[in-house]
Amino acid sequence: MQIFYTDLLCIGAGLAGERVAVEAAKAGFDATCLSIVPPRRSHSSAAQGGMQAALGNCVMGEGDSPDIHFEDTVKGSDWGCDQEVARIFADTAPIVMREVAHWGVPWNRVEHGPATYYKGGKPFEAAESKEKHGLIHARAFGGTAKWRTCYTADGTGRSVLNTLDSMCLRYNVNIHDRTQAEALIHDGENCIGAIVRCLRTGELMAYFATATLIATGGYGRIYKATTNAVICDGGGQIAALDTGIVPLGNMEAIQFHPTGTVPTDILVTEGCRGDGGTLLDVNEYRFMPDYEPEKAELASRDVVSRRMQEHMAKGHGVKSPYGDHLWLDIRHLGEKHITTKLREVYDICTSFLGVNPISDLIPVRPTQHYSMGGVRTNKDGAAYGLSGLFSAGEAACWDMHGFNRLGGNSLAETVVAGRYVGKKVVEFLKGHSVDFKQSALRDAHAKIEERIKRLSGSSGKESAIVLRDEMQDIMMDYVGIFRNGKDLQTAVDKLEELHARSMNIGLQGKAIGFNPEISLALRIPGMIKLAQCTAFGALQRTESRGAHTREDHPERNDKDWLNRTLAYWKDGDSLPTLKYEDASPYFEIPPGERGYGGGKIIHADIPAEKLHVPESNASDNAASAEDTK
Amino acid sequence: MSRRLHIEVFRYNPLDPESKPHMQSFYVNEYDSMTLFIALNIIRDQHDPTLQFDFCCRAGICGSCGMVINGRPGLACHTQTKDLPEHIVLHPLPVFKLIGDLSVDTGVWFRDAGTRIEAWVHNDHDSFDPTQEEARMENALANEIFELDRCVECGCCIAACGTARMRTDFLGAASIARVARFYLDPRDERNVENYYEVIGNDQGVFGCMGLLACEDVCPKHIPLQDQLGIMRRMLALHSVKGILPKALIEKLAHKGCCHENHKS
Repeated sequence: MQIFYTDLLCIGAGLAGERVAVEAAKAGFDATCLSIVPPRRSHSSAAQGGMQAALGNCVMGEGDSPDIHFEDTVKGSDWGCDQEVARIFADTAPIVMREVAHWGVPWNRVEHGPATYYKGGKPFEAAESKEKHGLIHARAFGGTAKWRTCYTADGTGRSVLNTLDSMCLRYNVNIHDRTQAEALIHDGENCIGAIVRCLRTGELMAYFATATLIATGGYGRIYKATTNAVICDGGGQIAALDTGIVPLGNMEAIQFHPTGTVPTDILVTEGCRGDGGTLLDVNEYRFMPDYEPEKAELASRDVVSRRMQEHMAKGHGVKSPYGDHLWLDIRHLGEKHITTKLREVYDICTSFLGVNPISDLIPVRPTQHYSMGGVRTNKDGAAYGLSGLFSAGEAACWDMHGFNRLGGNSLAETVVAGRYVGKKVVEFLKGHSVDFKQSALRDAHAKIEERIKRLSGSSGKESAIVLRDEMQDIMMDYVGIFRNGKDLQTAVDKLEELHARSMNIGLQGKAIGFNPEISLALRIPGMIKLAQCTAFGALQRTESRGAHTREDHPERNDKDWLNRTLAYWKDGDSLPTLKYEDASPYFEIPPGERGYGGGKIIHADIPAEKLHVPESNASDNAASAEDTK
Repeated sequence: MSRRLHIEVFRYNPLDPESKPHMQSFYVNEYDSMTLFIALNIIRDQHDPTLQFDFCCRAGICGSCGMVINGRPGLACHTQTKDLPEHIVLHPLPVFKLIGDLSVDTGVWFRDAGTRIEAWVHNDHDSFDPTQEEARMENALANEIFELDRCVECGCCIAACGTARMRTDFLGAASIARVARFYLDPRDERNVENYYEVIGNDQGVFGCMGLLACEDVCPKHIPLQDQLGIMRRMLALHSVKGILPKALIEKLAHKGCCHENHKS
C-alpha cells in the first residue's frame, strides 16, 4: 500500500479546504488536498449569489459595520449560533474579501452616479458615491439590514474558487483528485491522517498527517430533492462520526432554500430576490407581503420557505406533474440585468427548464439546500475529541449559523473560516510533532479493507441503490420543513431498520479496478447514520428554532433549548447518543425577537454575567483576528 | 408520445486485461425534461452499476460531464434528450487520458496546463495590507475578467481541437483564454515578454490551425475565438519588435478589441 506523508491533509478541496491549505503552504508547510473531483469542480463552484461582508461601499450599504452584520447573523440563527464565533466572522469578513481581491477575484465594483435598483419588484433610483467608485460593490440578500453581499455577477463561487485554486498552484499545494477519504487514522487521542480510496484504481492508500482538516461540505444528499451536487454525501462527517469520539453538532438544523427549480431541484440564487424578484402564487398574486409586511421575499430563508409551504398548503400552489410549486418573477429586471448579473440563472432556466426568465415565470419550491450542522469544532476550528483534527466550511459546525444561516454567509464563511482556522492550523503545526503510529494505520486500514472484501464477496442481499432511495424518501416525507413528533418517530424507526439492513449490502455487478458501485456501497451505511442523527436530533428537540419547525411545539423555547445538540455514535450502536451544550458561551446580544417570522418565545433566565462579552475574550479575539480593524 | 431511447455507450476498462473497447446498447424510456444526467443514472441504477461516468453539480456549472454526444463534445447534464434523436451515441472525450467508459482525466490535464502557463495573478502576494481598502477597479473591467473566469474546464474545446488531437503538448483554447484573463487583469504584473515565453510558441497561440471548433462547442459560450486572436496579434507584434516601426505596432496592438480601453 502506498503511504503519503504530509504536514496538513485537507479532505476536500473546495473553498474552505483550499483556503486552509494555502495558509499552511504560505507558512512553509507541506499541504495536500484530497478531492473526489478536480478541485474546480467542487460544489463551491456552484455558489451563485455572493459573500456577506460589511464593507459598506455601495449606497444601499452606507453605514454598515461588522456590528450590524453580527446582529443580522445572530438574529438569522434564531439565537442558536455561538456568538463568539459569529463575532470573529463578522469582524474578519471585510479583510478576507479584500485579500481575495488582491489575489485576483473580479468583484463587481461601485460605479458612481445614479443607478436603478429594485425592491419588491418596484424600481427606485439611488446615487452611488464618487468617493467609493471602483471599490467592491454589494447586493441585497435576505435577512440583512444593509446591502452587504459582495458578488461577481452570479458566479461568485466560481470566480473565488478559480482564484484560490490558482493560489494552490502558486504555493505548490499537492492536489490528489479522484480520491475519497474512507476513515480517519487515530489512536483515540490524536488524529494522524486518513485511509483513502483512489477513484481511478479502486486501491486503498494511507496518508499520515500532523494535522487533518475535514472540509467536505454538506450532507444534502440524504434528501431526495436537494440543490446539492451529487458529491455532497457527508463523507467528512461520516469519517468523524465513525471515530466514536468526535461529535456532530446540530445535525437537525437543515436549511431549505426558497427557490429550488421544478423539477430538477437546481438552485436559482437568492440574488434574484435580492435584485428585486418576487414570489407569485397560482393567481400570479404576490403573497409574501401578506405574511411578512416588512421583509416580504427578503426575510430569512427558513421564514420564506415556511411561508411558501404554508401558502401552497392553503391551495394556492401551481399544480404540476412534479407536485405543487410557486412562481419566481424576475421579468421586470429586464434583459440586460438578467443576461449579465443573473446570467447563470438565465442559462439554468433556458437549458434545464425550457423557460425564458425574461418573458416567463420560473417554477420554484423550497428545496433542501444547506447543512448548518456538521463536525463540531471550537472557535479555532479544532474538532472536539481528537487533537490534530480540524474542520471548516459547511462540513463544520463552527457554529456561526445556529439554526438558520443567512444567504451569502456560508460562502463567506468558507474563506473567512478558512483564513482564521488556517492560521490556527499553522500554530498547531509549529508546535507539534506527531508519532505516526503504524498500529493506528493498520487498524483503520483493516476495517476498510474488510468492508470492501465483504462487499465483493457478495453474500449480502441488500442493494445500496434501494437503501439510498428509501433513506431519501424517509427524509423527504418525515423530516422536511414542517416536522412533528409522530412523523419524526416514524423516521427514526424506519431509519433504524435501514441501518440494520445496511450491514448486509451486496454488489450487483463486478469490475476489476475501480467500481463505482463500491463507492456507493461504502457510503450508504454512513449516510444512513447521518440521516439518523438528523431525525433523532429533530425528534428530541421539542421546540421550533430557525429552520427546525415543530408543528407540535411551535414556540422557540429558550428556557430548555438554548443549546446545541451533539451527536456521538458508539461502535455497535443502532442509534446516536445525544448530548447537549450551551448554544453560546455568552450573549453579546441577548435572545429576543428576530423581527420577522412571528412565533412565540419561551424566555430563559440568563445569568447576568453571560450577557456581556468577557474582558479577556474581547481582547483575545481581536488579537487572533490580528489585523482586523 | 414517450419514446424509447436507444443509448449506445462506449465501454472499456483499462485496468481489466480482459476488457476490449466496444459499444454497448441500453434502452430507456424517455420522460419530460429528461437530461443525459438522468438517463445515464437510470442505466447505472437499473442496468449496469459498474458503468463509469462523471457528474457533480448536474447544473452545467462544474464542468465534470464533458463527453462526445452523437459526435459532438458537450456537457451531458445540460443536454436534454428531447433535443436528440431516439438513437444516442456516447463516447468519452478524446485527447484526455481514459479512466474508464465515459470517464476521462480532465483534472490532471488542466492542472498541468495551469502549471505550464503559471495560471495565477503574479504580484507580491505578501504585500496585501489588511488595514487598507482594496485597490480600485472599473466595474466594466471586472466584468470582462469575469467573462473569461466563467470557464469550467470541461475540456470540450480541447476535445474538439484539431491541433490538440495531433499534438499532445498543445495548450488549447481554454489555456490560452486563461492567459488572456491574466493579461487583462491589472493586478497581474507580467509583461508581454513574460506571456511570450509562456504561449508565444507552437504549444500556444502559434500552434492553432484556426479551425475554431473550440468556440462552437463551448458550453459556456466563452469568446475563445476573440481571445485567441487578441493574444496571437499581441505576441506576433511582439516578435517583430525592432523590425516594424514602434508607432505602427502600438497602433495595431489593441485596435478594436476589449483591451483598447484598459492598456496602452
